[in-house]
Amino acid sequence: MESIAVLMTKPIYSYLQAELEKRFKVLKLWEAQDGSRFLEDHNQIIRAVVSDGGTGLSPELMAALPKLEIVSSFSVGMDKIDLGKCKEKGIRVSNTPDVLTDDVADLAIGLTLAVLRKLPASDRYVRSGMWKKGEFKLGTKQFSGKSVGIVGLGRIGQAIATRAEGFGCKISYHSRTPKPESSNYTYYPSVVDLAAHSDILVVACALTNETRHIINREVIDALGPRGVLVNIARGATVDEPELVSALVEGRLGGAGLDVFENEPNVPEQLIELDEKVVLAPHAGSGTEETRKGMADLVVGNLVAHFEGKELLTPVV
Amino acid sequence: MASPAADEDLPQVLLIKNPPAFAVLGEEHFTSTKFRYLKAFESSLPLHDFLAAHGGSVRAILASLSVVDASVLDLLPEVRVIATTSAGLNLLDLPECRRRGIKIANAGDVYSTDVADYAVGLLIDVLRKISASNRYVKQGFWASKGDYYPLGSKFCFQLRGKRIGIVGLGRIGYQVAKRLEAFGCSIAYNSRKAKPGVSYPFYQTVQELAAKSDALILCCGLTQQTRHLVNKEVLAALGKEGVVVNVARGGVIDEKEMVRCLVEGEIAGAGLDVFENEPEVPKELMELDNVVMSPHCAVRTRESLMEVGRLAVGNLEAFFSNEPLLSEFEDD
Repeated sequence: MESIAVLMTKPIYSYLQAELEKRFKVLKLWEAQDGSRFLEDHNQIIRAVVSDGGTGLSPELMAALPKLEIVSSFSVGMDKIDLGKCKEKGIRVSNTPDVLTDDVADLAIGLTLAVLRKLPASDRYVRSGMWKKGEFKLGTKQFSGKSVGIVGLGRIGQAIATRAEGFGCKISYHSRTPKPESSNYTYYPSVVDLAAHSDILVVACALTNETRHIINREVIDALGPRGVLVNIARGATVDEPELVSALVEGRLGGAGLDVFENEPNVPEQLIELDEKVVLAPHAGSGTEETRKGMADLVVGNLVAHFEGKELLTPVV
Repeated sequence: MASPAADEDLPQVLLIKNPPAFAVLGEEHFTSTKFRYLKAFESSLPLHDFLAAHGGSVRAILASLSVVDASVLDLLPEVRVIATTSAGLNLLDLPECRRRGIKIANAGDVYSTDVADYAVGLLIDVLRKISASNRYVKQGFWASKGDYYPLGSKFCFQLRGKRIGIVGLGRIGYQVAKRLEAFGCSIAYNSRKAKPGVSYPFYQTVQELAAKSDALILCCGLTQQTRHLVNKEVLAALGKEGVVVNVARGGVIDEKEMVRCLVEGEIAGAGLDVFENEPEVPKELMELDNVVMSPHCAVRTRESLMEVGRLAVGNLEAFFSNEPLLSEFEDD
C-alpha cells in the first residue's frame, strides 16, 4: 500500500500526517511551489484525498484528479464536498461522525455557560487587577431551568439536549421532521417559533442549501434582547451581518460562537462587543483524544477502501 | 411599610453589616410587618459599643459577611436565631451558637444551582480553554497566527470518562454531580461521612479521592477541619493531568502550594472563584493560560440575591411567629 498516493490538501494534524505516511505515499499540496503544476505532475497516481471540513474538495481539485477514488474527510461536516457529483463519478467519501459528538456538545454547553455567566469577562476582571478596585457587576443570567432550543436534533443536537437536561433545562427543537424517539422534547416546525420559546438557541444542524442562513433576522428578533445564540455547527447557518447588528443594537442578548462565515476572520464588531460574546476558533473537536479518534477514522477508511473492504464511516 | 408608631413595638433584627442583597437590590424588597432592622453599620460607634448600648433585647440577627463570635454573642443575650444570606457559614462561630441554643437559618438551596452551574462552567473552561481561546481570537491571533496551539493537543481534555472527585457532597456538590453525570463523567466524593442513599463511591480522605480523580471540585464549607484540606499531598495525588475547581472558600486550599504546582506543571490547571485573601490574587496566576479565575461571583446573580434575601426574611418571620424555620441548618 506504500505506493498508493494520497494527497493532503493542507496540514491538518501532525499525528494524522504521520499515520498516513506510515502507510501511503503522502503528497502535500501546500508544499508545492506551483499547485496546478504539482497536480498535473501527479494526477495519474493520486487515488485519494485527505482534507478537512473547512477545505473539503473543491470542484477544481476534483476535476484535476482523474484517478481519484476516495475523499476521506477529517470532519463530520460535508458542506465543502459536492456529494452528488462524487456519487455520479463513483468517488467514495468518508467522514468522522460520532467520535467528536461529545466534544462538540461539551463546547456548546461550555460556551453557553461562558456567555450567561460571563466567565471570560470575570477572568479578565481578575487578571487586570480590577477586582481590587471593586466588585464585579451583578450577573442576571442563569442557566439552570432555562429553555433551550436546538436547531438540528442529530447526534450532536441530542448530546447537547442530554447535557442541558442535567441542568433542569426545558428542551425543544426544530429539525426537518419530528423525532418520535424524542417525544419528551417539544418540536417546533418553525425555527422562528422555536426561537420565540427559547432563552438559549443552539445551532447544531449540518450546513446544506436548506439551512444556509436558517438563523436570520426574524429568528434573531424572536430570540430577543435577553436571548443567547450558540453556534457550533457552521458559520453559514447564521446570517452573520444580521447577527452582528442585532448584538450591537441590543436586539439579541449574547452569543457563543465556535464557527464563522469566513474563518479565521471574525467581524471586528463581535470583538468590540466583549462580554456579550464569547468566541472560539472552531475548536469543537479540539481535544487530543477526539482528534486522534478522527485521524484513526480517516486512516481506517482509506485502508478499508484500498483493501477492498467496507468503509468504516461512508457518506457516499 | 408599617407606620412609625407601630414600628416601635416590632421586635428588632440586628444587621451588623448591610447585606449585599439589600445594598444592591434595595432594602425595600426585604422589609416585613413582623420586625424592624437595627442597623449597627449606620452607627459611628464601634460594633461592640453599639451592641452594649442597644443589643440587650435583640432576639435575631440577619448575618451577612460579618463575624459572629462569642464576643458578639455575649452582648446579645436574647438572640435565639441567626438568619444568613451567605451560603458559607465560616464567619459564624457554630459551636458557640449551638452552646447557646441559637438556631441558624442558612441560604438553603437558593445558591445551589447557580454555584453548580458555575463550577461546571469553570471546569469546561479549564479543560477546553474557553476563556484563553476567546482571548486569542479577540486579539486577532486566529487570523494572524493560526490555530491556538493547546486546542487538539494534550492541553485540552475530553469530559467523557473523566473521574470527578467532589469534596463535600452537600447541596451544591450534589447538583454538580448530577450535571457532570450527563457529560459521561464518573463521580466519587469525600465528605465528613458517607451519605446514605448515595451510590457514588465514597473515599475516607481527600488524598485517596484525589489519587482516583482527574478533577477535584471543592464544594465544602470552610471549617477548622477543612482549612488547607487540599494540601501538597493531595495535589501530588491529583497529579500532572489533574485539575482543581474551587467554588467553596479560598482557605480550603493551600494556595501557595497550589500556585507552585500550577507554575511548575505539577497539576494541569485550575478554575478558581475564591482565594485565600480576596481580592488579592497571587500574581503568578495572572500569567497562566491553564487557569480560569473569577472574582467570587458564582452566586452573584440578581435572581439569587433576591431569593436569598427573601428567604432570610421568611425565616425571620417564621421565627417571630413561632413557626419552624424555612431553612434551618442542621450540622450533621
